[in-house]
Amino acid sequence: MATRSIVPFGPQHPVLPEPIHLDLVLEDETVVEAIPSIGFIHRGLEKLVEKKDFNEYVYVAERICGICSFMHGMGYCEAVEHVMGIEIPDRAKYLRTIWCEMSRIHSHLLWLGLLADGFGFESLFMESWRMREKILDMFEYSTGGRVIFSVNKIGGQRKDMDDEMIRNFVTILSGMEKDLRLLARTFLDDYAVKSRLQGVGILTAQQAHDLGAVGPFMRASGIALDTRKRGYAAYGDLDFEPIISNIGDSYARTDVRINEIFQSIDLIRQAAAKIPAGEVAVPVKGFPKGEYFMRVEQPRGEALYYVRSNGTKFLERMRVRTPTFANLPGLIEVLKGCQLADVPILILTIDPCISCTER
Amino acid sequence: MSVISFSRTILKNLFSKPVTRLYPAVPREYPARTRGQIGIDIDSCIFCGICSKKCPTGAITVDKAATSWSIERFGCIQCGACTEVCPKKCLSMLTNYTDPQPKKSVDLYTKTPAEPEKPVEVSPAEKKEQ
Repeated sequence: MATRSIVPFGPQHPVLPEPIHLDLVLEDETVVEAIPSIGFIHRGLEKLVEKKDFNEYVYVAERICGICSFMHGMGYCEAVEHVMGIEIPDRAKYLRTIWCEMSRIHSHLLWLGLLADGFGFESLFMESWRMREKILDMFEYSTGGRVIFSVNKIGGQRKDMDDEMIRNFVTILSGMEKDLRLLARTFLDDYAVKSRLQGVGILTAQQAHDLGAVGPFMRASGIALDTRKRGYAAYGDLDFEPIISNIGDSYARTDVRINEIFQSIDLIRQAAAKIPAGEVAVPVKGFPKGEYFMRVEQPRGEALYYVRSNGTKFLERMRVRTPTFANLPGLIEVLKGCQLADVPILILTIDPCISCTER
Repeated sequence: MSVISFSRTILKNLFSKPVTRLYPAVPREYPARTRGQIGIDIDSCIFCGICSKKCPTGAITVDKAATSWSIERFGCIQCGACTEVCPKKCLSMLTNYTDPQPKKSVDLYTKTPAEPEKPVEVSPAEKKEQ
């Protein structure tokens, strides 16, 4: 029998942008068990809801994570808007959709870069992040911030984009699409890349379903489920289908995410063609009373916001269930039986966002 | 072939100009909407204190008696809530960021009271006529 040993992985590790710790139980070089422990960067943001006015909490909500900051702010705002029965203007809904999809592109490009860095393809990493920089610049032009946008508020948006700006963005994105096709070819056809990704960390559709996986991690296993299809913001008016793959390995997850970038560009194009004129916000009066569950499709998967309020300016409870948290059981499953050298890549393929998870 | 596809990108990058700029020799131009720091036109401020009430981090302090307005630059999150509620529109979002500092400091702006206008001398004779 092979000797068993335990190798600690993280919280500080070159592939991890954020701290998570795994105890890997190895038999020679093969992982037989992985025991995660989280809680290194807990900030108590949910508790803060009792101290901050529900309008001010938007600024806290968008600081839950630095990558999907827009969607966290939006998810919280939509939850409170549902409690208060506020119908936001159509233009605000379309603006939310455009910014959401831009966030998705930027998050997926960031992930592609991290993945390339993970398997040691340095120039591919630089190439992905160079492209992502354009999206960040677009965010700065439209919202004034590159990471934290502060454009969401309860009742609509705080900033508007004029038609010229939207047209410019669509032109930039169309140009990016060409570069991205070239980049996608390297990610999907290159021999070296394929040898690191194909057949590694297979998660079957049944496992993904049983372990409650979400987002591209689940869709790569063949489950066509996308929360955007529920039609929040302006997604109800747009034409798209969830992108899936039936293979379920790391290569499939890369494939799904790359195709989601193209889908996002297409969604922005559709939204830019349909965006109506008008106001971007409605005035909000009174305090929320009631509770609501809001589901939002983030780049990493479905996030859940629960809001409960009692009619005062402070909410009683606000809870976020983030996609990384839902994907951790799936990660533990795919780690079993893999080689130690594949562990960093497998952890990356769930696109872990630990700040979100620990809040 | 896949190897050639990335070689094209490499060659393109080799012969094109760098995408980064030589900062600080080439300074960055900020877009008009960049949220850099809060600026104040202290002369038109009426010290109503709405900005300090609306500030989510409590970075702004307004002292009406001393006619002073101060901001903790490191506490400010550049959300722009104060600039939206300012009744006199004397607060504005500047595009340049604050300079790096070794210590957390508070920027204090004090309004110098304008010279009180001297009452026009009116002679007793004129007063009678009025």
